[in-house]
Amino acid sequence: MTAPTLDRALGLHPQVSVRPEPFGALLYHFGTRRLTFLKDRRLLAVVESLADAPTARAACLAAGVPEVELPRYDRALAALAESSMLVGRTP
Amino acid sequence: MTVTAAGTRLVDLFESGLDAPICLTWELTYACNLACSHCLSSSGRRDPRELSTAEAKAVIDELEAMQVFYVNIGGGEPTVRADFWELLDYATAHHVGVKFSTNGVRITPEAARRLAANDYVDVQISLDGATADVNDAVRGPGSYATAIKAMEHLSAAGMRNFKLSVVCTRHNIPQLDEFKALADHYGAQLRLTRLRPSGRGADVWDELHPTAGQQRELYDWLLAHGDKVLTGDSFFHLSAYGESLPGLNLCGAGRVVCLIDPVGDVYACPFAIHDEFLAGNVRAPGGFTEVWRGSELFARLRTPQHGGACASCAFYDTCKGGCMAAKFFTGLPLDGPDPECVQGYGEQQLAQRAKDGTDLPKPSGDHSRRRPVDLVLTRRRDLERSPVSDCAEDPLAGLRLT
Repeated sequence: MTAPTLDRALGLHPQVSVRPEPFGALLYHFGTRRLTFLKDRRLLAVVESLADAPTARAACLAAGVPEVELPRYDRALAALAESSMLVGRTP
Repeated sequence: MTVTAAGTRLVDLFESGLDAPICLTWELTYACNLACSHCLSSSGRRDPRELSTAEAKAVIDELEAMQVFYVNIGGGEPTVRADFWELLDYATAHHVGVKFSTNGVRITPEAARRLAANDYVDVQISLDGATADVNDAVRGPGSYATAIKAMEHLSAAGMRNFKLSVVCTRHNIPQLDEFKALADHYGAQLRLTRLRPSGRGADVWDELHPTAGQQRELYDWLLAHGDKVLTGDSFFHLSAYGESLPGLNLCGAGRVVCLIDPVGDVYACPFAIHDEFLAGNVRAPGGFTEVWRGSELFARLRTPQHGGACASCAFYDTCKGGCMAAKFFTGLPLDGPDPECVQGYGEQQLAQRAKDGTDLPKPSGDHSRRRPVDLVLTRRRDLERSPVSDCAEDPLAGLRLT
């Protein structure tokens, strides 16, 4: 993929279950049977609002992610997309 | 479980426990058609106190509310429960995924098609030898054929990536490549787990557990195959060879996993069915949730563990002292080395145990099928004559003067 993940419209894979935890959240994919976790609550807020945002960037900004931290969130979301936890959707 | 994350170590987050388990093992019945010599739950006979269908559904409701991702259902042989399929459908309809272990006895072509159609179900076929002779010596005559037949049915039904689940023993470690080929042949994924001295496993552990040389062979084989071969994270004691194996290198007992047994007793881990590790019962007020969150035993397991005799070992941070159940059932102290410690400290400890077996814990439950017992019927000694019949009209009938 060439465009930054932040410019894509993303959503949770329909087979992914999200469980909020004090440190962030646990994600389990019933298709790949993989478990992963979100390191902080803000990333959880981003992931939860992806489906209603035109782009991942918009979801980040709406969740209060500062501009300077955007690259870090781009990497985190890219990793989640790489493992099929997140999938692209038509905006 | 497979863990994919970089940066913060998941193991550090898990050490103090979670509000709900990630997955848990639930043994639905102690009844089993087989009598494997190493059965970790000493199964065979059904326990009459087994949870009813309604009680089992109530547990599933709790697991849904706690957002437990999936349950590992086992036994006994879970599929011999008359309501097995009903409970399976109930769980998956309530967002609790099911992975169940079976010896294959009920995996008919029809059952296989049903399983293949449900995205939230995974199946583990147990097989402890890549050939009938090695398998049947442990699992009983005909068990190899039953498992192979089940895998044929699953494969024909289009079920992909079901698990071929192997308990590693001294006799099957030389067959690792054959197991892999067998799994590949049926479109299954190989899962290797550790033999624990739990249940009847305690009786055969000395003869069946891999030798020190085989442990190294297994470790090298696992490293070579990476996360393509599953292990249930059960070999973290091998990490002390140097490189960590894929997965969670931590004893998850009471922290991220636990066991619910057929009568609703909750234990810290599937390999620790013993009063020492009993946290409570799902039938008590508050149910499973209260046991998970309020048990004193679990609170203790979630506090930082100290290495004890292992604290000064350079490898303690990688192996964390190994498996609690393996230590307990071989009579070793819980804050010392694992009996299969790859640095050899476990063997030293084993050699120091009392020769008469007094260091070994007594089993606190056994559902093995019993052999027939010869009985001789006799009359109760306190009855000198026949009990009084309803027809006896004598006013002094039954009177005994002493």
